[in-house]
Amino acid sequence: MKTFDYARAESPSDAVRRCGPGAMYLGGGTNLVDLMRLGVARPDHLVDVSRLPLDAIEEAGDRLRVGAAVRNSDLAADPLVRSRYPMLARAVLSGASGQVRNMATVAGNLLQRTRCPYFQDVSRPCNKREPGSGCPAIEGDHTNLAILGTSHACVATHPSDMAVALAALGAEVHVTGPGGDRIVPIPGLHRLPGDAPERDTVLEPGDLITAVELPAPPPGASLYRKVRERASFAFALVSIAAVLDVRDGVVAGCRIALGGVAHAPWRAERAEQVLIGGPATGEAFLTAAEAELEQARPLPRNAFKLPLARNLIVRTLEELAS
Amino acid sequence: MNRVEGRVKVTGLATYAAEYPAEGVTYAYPVQSRIAKGRIKRIDGGEALAMPGVLAVLSSEDPPRLGEEAQGDLALFQSRDVAYRGQIVAAAVADTYENARAAADAIVVEYEQDLHDVTLRADHPNLYQPETVNPGYPCDTVKGDVEAGLDAAETGIDVTYTTPVQHNNPMEPHAALALWDTEDRLLVYDTAQGASASRDLIAKTLGLPREEVRVVSRHVGGGFGSKGTTRPQAVLAALAARAVGRPVKAVLTRQQMFDVTGYRTPTIQRLRLGADAEGRLTALEHVAYEQSSTLVEFAEQTATPSRVMYATPALRTAHRLVRLDVATPSWMRAPGECPGMYALESAMDELAYAAGIDPIELRVINDPEVEPESGLPFSSRNLVACLREGARRFHWDRRDPEPARLRDGEWLIGTGVAASTYPSRRRPSKAVVTMREGDFLVQIAAADIGTGARTALTRIAAEALGVAPDRVHVELGDSDLPDAPLAGGSMGTASWGSAVVRACEGLKVNGTVGRADTTEEVKRDAELARHAFGAQFAEVRVNSVTGELRVSRLLGVFAAGHIVDARLARSQFIGGMTMGMGMALMEETFTDEEFGGFLRRDLAQYHVPACADVTDIEAVWLDEEDGELNPMGSKGIGEIGIVGTAAAIGNAVYHATGHRVRDLPITPPKIIDLMF
Amino acid sequence: MDITLMVNGVSRAVTVDPRMSLLDLLRERLALIGAKKGCDHGQCGACTVLIDGRRANSCLALAVAMDGREITTVEGLGHEDELHPLQTAFMEHDAFQCGYCTPGQLCSAAGMLGEPGPSAITGDMAADPDLTPEEIRERMSGNLCRCGAYVNIVSAIAEVAP
Repeated sequence: MKTFDYARAESPSDAVRRCGPGAMYLGGGTNLVDLMRLGVARPDHLVDVSRLPLDAIEEAGDRLRVGAAVRNSDLAADPLVRSRYPMLARAVLSGASGQVRNMATVAGNLLQRTRCPYFQDVSRPCNKREPGSGCPAIEGDHTNLAILGTSHACVATHPSDMAVALAALGAEVHVTGPGGDRIVPIPGLHRLPGDAPERDTVLEPGDLITAVELPAPPPGASLYRKVRERASFAFALVSIAAVLDVRDGVVAGCRIALGGVAHAPWRAERAEQVLIGGPATGEAFLTAAEAELEQARPLPRNAFKLPLARNLIVRTLEELAS
Repeated sequence: MNRVEGRVKVTGLATYAAEYPAEGVTYAYPVQSRIAKGRIKRIDGGEALAMPGVLAVLSSEDPPRLGEEAQGDLALFQSRDVAYRGQIVAAAVADTYENARAAADAIVVEYEQDLHDVTLRADHPNLYQPETVNPGYPCDTVKGDVEAGLDAAETGIDVTYTTPVQHNNPMEPHAALALWDTEDRLLVYDTAQGASASRDLIAKTLGLPREEVRVVSRHVGGGFGSKGTTRPQAVLAALAARAVGRPVKAVLTRQQMFDVTGYRTPTIQRLRLGADAEGRLTALEHVAYEQSSTLVEFAEQTATPSRVMYATPALRTAHRLVRLDVATPSWMRAPGECPGMYALESAMDELAYAAGIDPIELRVINDPEVEPESGLPFSSRNLVACLREGARRFHWDRRDPEPARLRDGEWLIGTGVAASTYPSRRRPSKAVVTMREGDFLVQIAAADIGTGARTALTRIAAEALGVAPDRVHVELGDSDLPDAPLAGGSMGTASWGSAVVRACEGLKVNGTVGRADTTEEVKRDAELARHAFGAQFAEVRVNSVTGELRVSRLLGVFAAGHIVDARLARSQFIGGMTMGMGMALMEETFTDEEFGGFLRRDLAQYHVPACADVTDIEAVWLDEEDGELNPMGSKGIGEIGIVGTAAAIGNAVYHATGHRVRDLPITPPKIIDLMF
Repeated sequence: MDITLMVNGVSRAVTVDPRMSLLDLLRERLALIGAKKGCDHGQCGACTVLIDGRRANSCLALAVAMDGREITTVEGLGHEDELHPLQTAFMEHDAFQCGYCTPGQLCSAAGMLGEPGPSAITGDMAADPDLTPEEIRERMSGNLCRCGAYVNIVSAIAEVAP
């Protein structure tokens, strides 16, 4: 690990002021410290934002505002989250381990970086880590990598479970930064790799997430389901967050987001469009899944994600419809 | 009786290698090769040496003096050649871990790179027949006419299985603390499965007389073979301590462990089996393809279990090795038997289905009178009894043999069986037992790597002395104690226990002290086939939507001679079966063909079973009396638990789904590929 | 940098390199070797300690960020003459072999028993489920045990669980 200065921010504005060139924010540290030890993250300055007063979960009308420094486990254990957004609670609890969830913050969870084996190994090329160095995953080990929204430069996946549920719920991220305050929707926070895979999100240098705001729970039933070969403490091969509102056999509302398939939590808008207003039947679910996955560009070793994602969409919707 | 060292382990007081206090301790951190083949042109430690706290840079620019017999990965910094990606090529030594690691990053290594070849293939042009396979077995054996046997068969199968690179991954990383002690001896606290052997190898590597080296390994955080031979961290710590004149800790990172502490060779195994109308084997052929490095020939004995298991008039086993630009494979729990029995026991299941015979009956029909290859009588063999007892407990009679019949919602349910075997050997050992204030002190350079050696030897000594176990104190894990073989090959308790019993017998005659050396006794052991056997039963659930595979039930029934300590034995059998489950479901290291070396070098990517994976595992055993083993009548149990588990699970997957995955691990991607 | 933290009830003032982890501070500077380094990346749980009463991976915590925190390691879990019930249960159930993951398992279990709410496998997210063996297995999955002592670890914890 290279040397760095450490300072604790007193307030969000103090944090932004301190976060100049070469600086990074330290939240729970569960990914940043990991990446610093690997030499992937090499900050000159760390601005510790973990103790900022951003750790409350508050009702705002029918919305819920979750402070950026709320620990993952506190989010999942919150009575309002559990009763109104059970899909989110389950997604959070599906990620990492009890210990990690006690440390990791909500903002940090959103900003965690890919677990692509090449990205994490500084002795190998990676366009995300070293722009222009190449993407060996495309020819090499991409079993756990993306099938949707990939580019010639990068096939990384975003590893978060929580973000998948937030994408289905249509959450918003409150950001403060050198350019002032703004609100960024999810999806929308995470970028697709394109020609600039080094940029995970639309945030600018110095931007600090202060809160995540959840809209009123959408009507209908919801589910989060995660597929992995180890029964726990593993990243998703594919995961799904889905909300389905069926009225008189007709799909009145539908939100589907997939994890483990793209550089961002993947909102399956095509599938949603196919379904809304149509019948809630297995056949329709399959048509919708196929419409969504038509745009997938799998690689030889991750082609299994296509039938897996298809099956998951169909089965999850079937379960929600019943 | 609880584990003797239980209290220090649950209170955090048990001291592992890197945890001994040492005044003025410093830290060594290695630099690893970034090419898989070639030469080092230049190493520049200038920048590193100028960094704060840095005391030394070690590399082949100024090769440290080693003994003439130093070889392989232990001959640190002697050669400019690079044999594999990840090889240790330099190291930084500094006052703190942080400074050492940062300095290592700043060491510049320039290479002259050659094209590498890291891929094992069954048609590799450089495959050859090694003279022997570990630990000295013939490479090939032929008995009878396999082709004729196959031609005459009513039913035949010709199947190929592959197993990936697997890593031992003990929880404690390989670590060493080296210093020169008050007697001016090199003292190495090392993560060693055997202090005597480690002392000898470190002395040889450094060119020191063995009297001038002491190795201490009182607690070892698992090894599973990877600490069975001295690893580079011990030599690095010693060289660094010599260079800086202070104690040095060298603790490998989890990532570095994947590169320099050994691994199970990947295998490609072709099995051809034939059976007559009654299910009697007419031929069995088992050919294993595997790899080693360009540094050392390590020839895993993968096909040897086929020499032990079933009666057949025609039997051929063979091994073919290719030397690649890879790290040297090494011992991993039940080397040979574990991957070999995966293939053989999967093939037996395939043959059972092909012949329309119950897989248990097929094994019973072919149970041999004598060891098939050698013709030697067995000291004891109770495989059939294990199969029968397991079938009873597992309610095998209620099983519908037809695959893909049983379903619970999305989950397809199936059951499978496989046999286990592992050799029961012992090696010469010394031990001393002394009467001390009414209690008894047992001294032996044995190792407790989690096996419960302290507890087992306490029981053995107490029984031999006819006293209560709380009057016996066992001291082990130190090369200054009487020489003992390492904890490996399931030989520990058999070897050490023999010496302890003899020493106790000596004490009873002498009254105050008993000394034993079993060299002559072991030499006199009759020529017999000595093996433990077992039967493993698995119930799996395969998700028809996601391809997820969960093991809902595992039962192992073993016949392993006299069980010295029932609780420890159960724990160890179950532990082996749990690791076998990992082999079946998830364990795989990815070889990087483009850059060489391994990918997925951590515990987030190389998955071992987590607590949630283990739902219902039970191990039981049969009473087995065998007077041809050792004074305890015991067979080793450290390894047999992992043998057969993967086959039982794979066979259950076939029964659940009707699909046969012949390539470990059996992951959702592979299941999905077959089902959709 | 200068920090002060409580470790097992004792206030410790130390000067630390900002790069140093809490785990290395405990092991290399404070001679508390109970917390183990198994992976140094939060992937194995051997380093688990309680930070302000909550289980956490001490390898992922920078020591410098721990100023003012209360740390409990396995050495502080019980008392000299009276072990924590989990420590006793682990011995009685033979819930370890090599012992290297054990301090982390114990601290993790101690923290886990005080954690409210559901787990990823709980049917109803709004419910507070009983700590069945299945729930314990899921909640303890952040602590790997390569010796494969899970069966006994779960039965030991189940004995202590309310």
